[in-house]
Amino acid sequence: MSPLADSPVEAAEQGFAMDRLLFGDNQFFGINHMSEEKARTQALRFQGIEAVIEVLDAAYDEGIRTFMCTTHERIGLVGDHIRANPDRYPDFLFFPGMPYAHKYANAVTEQGMLGAVKGFLPDEGLFDAAMRGGKSLATRDIEGMVTLLIDAEMKMFQGLRTPVVFLQNVVVDLLLGLGFKEAFAIFDRHVRERYRAEPGFITMNLPLLLGALEEVGVENPIVCSNINKIGFRMCGGIEAYEEALRERRFRAIAMSVFASGALSPDEAIEWVCAQPNIESIVFGASSRRNIAGTRALVERHWRR
Amino acid sequence: MIRVGIVGLGKMGLSHHAIFNAHPEVKVAGVCDSSRYVLSVLGKYTDVDTYSDYQEMLEQVPLDAVVIATPSSAHTSMVAAALERGLHVFCEKPLTLDPDESEGLATTARERALATQVGYHNRFVATFREVKKLLDSGVLGELHQVTGEAYGPVILKPQGRTWRSQRTEGGGCLYDYAAHVINLINWYCGAPDGVGGTALPSFFSRDTDDAALSTLYFSSGLTGQLTVNWSDESYRKMTTRITLRGSNGRIYADRQEIQVYLRDDAGAPDGYGKGWNVRYTTELTPPVWFYLRGEEYSEQVDAFVKRAAKGEAEGTNDFAGAAMTDRTIAMMVADAARGPSTERLNGSGAPAPAKRRRRLLARRSSA
Repeated sequence: MSPLADSPVEAAEQGFAMDRLLFGDNQFFGINHMSEEKARTQALRFQGIEAVIEVLDAAYDEGIRTFMCTTHERIGLVGDHIRANPDRYPDFLFFPGMPYAHKYANAVTEQGMLGAVKGFLPDEGLFDAAMRGGKSLATRDIEGMVTLLIDAEMKMFQGLRTPVVFLQNVVVDLLLGLGFKEAFAIFDRHVRERYRAEPGFITMNLPLLLGALEEVGVENPIVCSNINKIGFRMCGGIEAYEEALRERRFRAIAMSVFASGALSPDEAIEWVCAQPNIESIVFGASSRRNIAGTRALVERHWRR
Repeated sequence: MIRVGIVGLGKMGLSHHAIFNAHPEVKVAGVCDSSRYVLSVLGKYTDVDTYSDYQEMLEQVPLDAVVIATPSSAHTSMVAAALERGLHVFCEKPLTLDPDESEGLATTARERALATQVGYHNRFVATFREVKKLLDSGVLGELHQVTGEAYGPVILKPQGRTWRSQRTEGGGCLYDYAAHVINLINWYCGAPDGVGGTALPSFFSRDTDDAALSTLYFSSGLTGQLTVNWSDESYRKMTTRITLRGSNGRIYADRQEIQVYLRDDAGAPDGYGKGWNVRYTTELTPPVWFYLRGEEYSEQVDAFVKRAAKGEAEGTNDFAGAAMTDRTIAMMVADAARGPSTERLNGSGAPAPAKRRRRLLARRSSA
């Protein structure tokens, strides 16, 4: 177990106990919510997978063994590296988040909604059958189609440890807005049954999502959302988030704790560690120094 | 509470459906699409009423407003039918493919005092809104030059069989990508008097353009340039940039940040001084009630809902403003159709230096 592993009895009873600190992957893909210039600098720096591995090594050596990542095709290369070096990474864990949304959005513009779904399905036979069969067959097969899409995204993690599998926020929040809540239950069932993993949900609308998950019977869910001192992208308001953390039964992962750089690291970590019931913090960094700095801050402020 | 019908459940329509549905003042009373598959899924898993025929939905469902997110070539008749019934209309961009039709719809809506809005969401992006605020304050002095750019990785190989691959249906880089940039230029600088040097080249698409390049001329003497390309894989997603140069400095803005250089801070708004000023979206963007893919998408919906509830005909992105963008686009299409101006002066391919020098000298001596 890593030095940062937190193993509260309650979490263990619920299944997989997550580490306090999880390592994110935005920095590797030129994603920066504040500046295009910074984003491009990062994209340049991490264009070779070696540079990504180097930072993951630094994180691992600092005891941060969980990589919370998208299903971008380049993550497949990271997977290959970890698979090829089992002795170097005995405790390495992936928390995949799917789907990689831009891939789908661009495909929809190019091929239309149905063309895009068809293009990403491993087996076109099912889709064609659904289209031919008209309404009744189509509705019956939606669950089958969704699970096939999940399996396609999970392919790159074959033989790797993925104890938690996330649905990305663009999809979670789209389904949430549409009121297509049953999809959360479909995802929950498939991830548990097929991957023996805990399902997780990423959202920008935590209070609203918790209600929807409860409605469809997804209990004590792992939910990752922005949780930061200035309320950046915390829809429903910071008070509603504080109330949810105090009163609702779910396993919270805080992301964007630095509010995209608007907060100083010390101020940000001190505040987030003072919130009740946060199980993990996911953060990104590009250097061992920053990784160690965040780890030290969490060790100082996290008093449970 | 306003009752909204949504027409067209493609990428934008589904996104609008989710955001409108999450709005506390809205009831999505019906959705309409030609795909029975999409309708059957929504019908089964959500409680919305579905229709495969637009007229049928208009006739059967009591509505206050419609959201039209169908292929652009279908906008005119659908918008007209909604206005005819006294419904407020939110329409995806571009409003129509013919500026005369757009102006006609704007007039009808104004006469009937209906709220209209077109999905130019950049006007709700905090940084671009900040640019507008700065320009309105006059801080740049006399405007000299505007440069609008957008790049992204949409069409990267020859394929595509949807309406988006046909210019005649409203597909292509000009209608899809460049319209956003042109709309921002219209917001900041008004309508151009004319355009020149327009090129709408295709790289991968067979029936439409993959880039849009043009020069815009304004009566004030301001000159603009447009450079848009949706076949650039080096961008992760659509990236829009605006640069404005004036007698007192320069403003650069993209979705994330605004950089302002001021030569003189006399009359500068609060928080802005001489030299460089940088502000980030994180400090400029107010929180929204529901977030799907950017605060601007939520804010534009909220703005429309509020205007529809109050029956406000004029407002950000109303049809009149969108018609200006359609007019500018039509000017570019016509200019590009005329072909490149490659007339050779002196028949030698070289410019006429003597004549040009005389003109410059004459101007200088008269100054």
